Amino acid sequence: MPPVPTERDLRLDLFRGLALWLIFLDHIPSNVVSWITIRNYGFSDATEIFVFISGYTAAFVYGATMRDRGFVVAAARVLRRAWQVYVAHIFLFTIYMAEIAYVAASFENPLYAEEMGVFEFLKQPDVTLVQALLLKFKPANMDVLPLYIVLLAFFPPYIWLLLRQPTLALFVSVAVYAVAWEFGINLPAYPSGHWVFNPFAWQLLFCFGAWCALGGMTRIGDIIKSPWVVSLAILYLIACFAIVLTWYVPPWTRWVPKSLAEWMYPIDKTNLDVLRVAHFFALAVLAIRFVPPHWPALKSPWLRPAVVCGQHSLEIFCLGVFLAFAAHFAMAELSDGIPMQVFVSVSGVVLMIAAAALMSWYKQIEGRHSGSRSKPTADPAGSSS
Amino acid sequence: MTRAVIALLGLLLAGPALAEPELACQVPEGLVQADFAMPRVADAIAAKSLEIAVMGSASSALTGTGGASKSYPGRFEAALAADLPGVTVRVSTYAKPRHSAAEMQGEIPAILSAQKPALVIWQTGTADAIRGIDPEDFRFALDEGVEALRKGGADTILMNMQFSPRTESMIALSAYADAMRFVALQQSVNLFDRFAVMKHWNEAGVFDLNAATKKMDMAERVHECFGRLLARLVLDGAALTRQERKAND
Repeated sequence: MPPVPTERDLRLDLFRGLALWLIFLDHIPSNVVSWITIRNYGFSDATEIFVFISGYTAAFVYGATMRDRGFVVAAARVLRRAWQVYVAHIFLFTIYMAEIAYVAASFENPLYAEEMGVFEFLKQPDVTLVQALLLKFKPANMDVLPLYIVLLAFFPPYIWLLLRQPTLALFVSVAVYAVAWEFGINLPAYPSGHWVFNPFAWQLLFCFGAWCALGGMTRIGDIIKSPWVVSLAILYLIACFAIVLTWYVPPWTRWVPKSLAEWMYPIDKTNLDVLRVAHFFALAVLAIRFVPPHWPALKSPWLRPAVVCGQHSLEIFCLGVFLAFAAHFAMAELSDGIPMQVFVSVSGVVLMIAAAALMSWYKQIEGRHSGSRSKPTADPAGSSS
Repeated sequence: MTRAVIALLGLLLAGPALAEPELACQVPEGLVQADFAMPRVADAIAAKSLEIAVMGSASSALTGTGGASKSYPGRFEAALAADLPGVTVRVSTYAKPRHSAAEMQGEIPAILSAQKPALVIWQTGTADAIRGIDPEDFRFALDEGVEALRKGGADTILMNMQFSPRTESMIALSAYADAMRFVALQQSVNLFDRFAVMKHWNEAGVFDLNAATKKMDMAERVHECFGRLLARLVLDGAALTRQERKAND
């Protein structure tokens, strides 16, 4: 078995915290602030970062548990985590129902007779609620946690394999991805269609993150930092940026060769298009190259807010989804002008930071009471409670 | 002084009355313009008879008295007839609530044989998004439908969803909007970007789309603008055809 690194990499918390902010900003519709998020400058978005780092930290924490205390204990902890995510998802669903029921009862406009159809499901709660509990009915923007639940549920055997045959484990993940693409495999959704984030495709990033955490990073570290790979990553990012520009300036579409467009489009998010994966890898290569693991700024007060958010990812993710609902609600009820968009965006991020700081504080005071029960080096913050 | 007050009152009274007939349907440069030629429309205009079909779901119709003439297909017909004197313009509407793109695709043969339209405006997307239909299935239906329309001798304009700020966080439209843009480019047909147009109107304060109301007046004015913009797009496409033909001669 390869040695499992024991020191927590603050870069992961930093980037996961940033990803959580970006996911929040992207979830507020018609928000001018969301122009700063990475999805507007390339193929991938914050979801890729979140899933990859979640896989990395999950393997980091539960890999150590499995090595030290065996399969059963580690599997039990992973499944408990999956259960917590499930409960969090249902909690968010309840908030969503409250908002949608309010809008359904209070909003009326003959122009939007068709859009009011989205409230139809309120008429048959017997079906809708059961389908929601089965994770088949998932309202807009509530697709990431169900993905996370499924990934965690299948994670224990995967860590088991990773600890013994890391290369084989990576191969299995790529094979599942390829088979899902080849045969169009996805989980069914209600009332029709499939999951917005296909778990059979998105597991690739989660499992790759896990592979990196359990020794893969040391194996490919030198390749990633080679000037060739770094230059290739930069070139690819520039090319993606150029393509994305044509989405916003339609006349420039003419400059994209038709054969390239036919080969490239549509860039599928549901099935995690290879172009998206490549874009994420390119970003990751630059992050690893230019942000060293012991960069002093990682411990500076300036980056502290993002790091703290990243250390409480599940809670802050859920809070972000809730705050995005609340922000949209405030924009619809009060004003949807640019000052309001900036206001709800900034105050949302501030609230996320405040909540994360509060949770850190709780952890601190509880840690003092329970003595040295948990070692700081194996701090499972963000991936286990 | 009294005269000034009367003049001011007059202005206040005349202000809205003057503004009323001239609707601000303005959209940014390039948002509503024909990227592709419409040869069948150009031929039909030359033949002095333009048959058009609008195929869509609930947002292609307004309910209430006179809904048919006040919804955008009716306004479009009126605008086009005014712009094309001497040409008989007829717009028929096939709008069914909750109809998905695939279901509309199934009706294309019937529409083609009933009417022989030179142009079909295909409004879709919202119903599919609400019903959670696979974006990929949506795209296939659209692609095959546009192909069938072309073979049946009709030009196509795809019309995407309405921008609805109240339900924006509840209906995930983007995958369907992307699919429509993709099919429009692949098949070289024009896309009427209703979403972007309405979003612009909301941001510019032309229409307050957040307003909760039972009254029809705003909906009617919005549809009037759709009708005018569509007429502009069609004339643009016909002009583009003539230009291309001249260049080829």
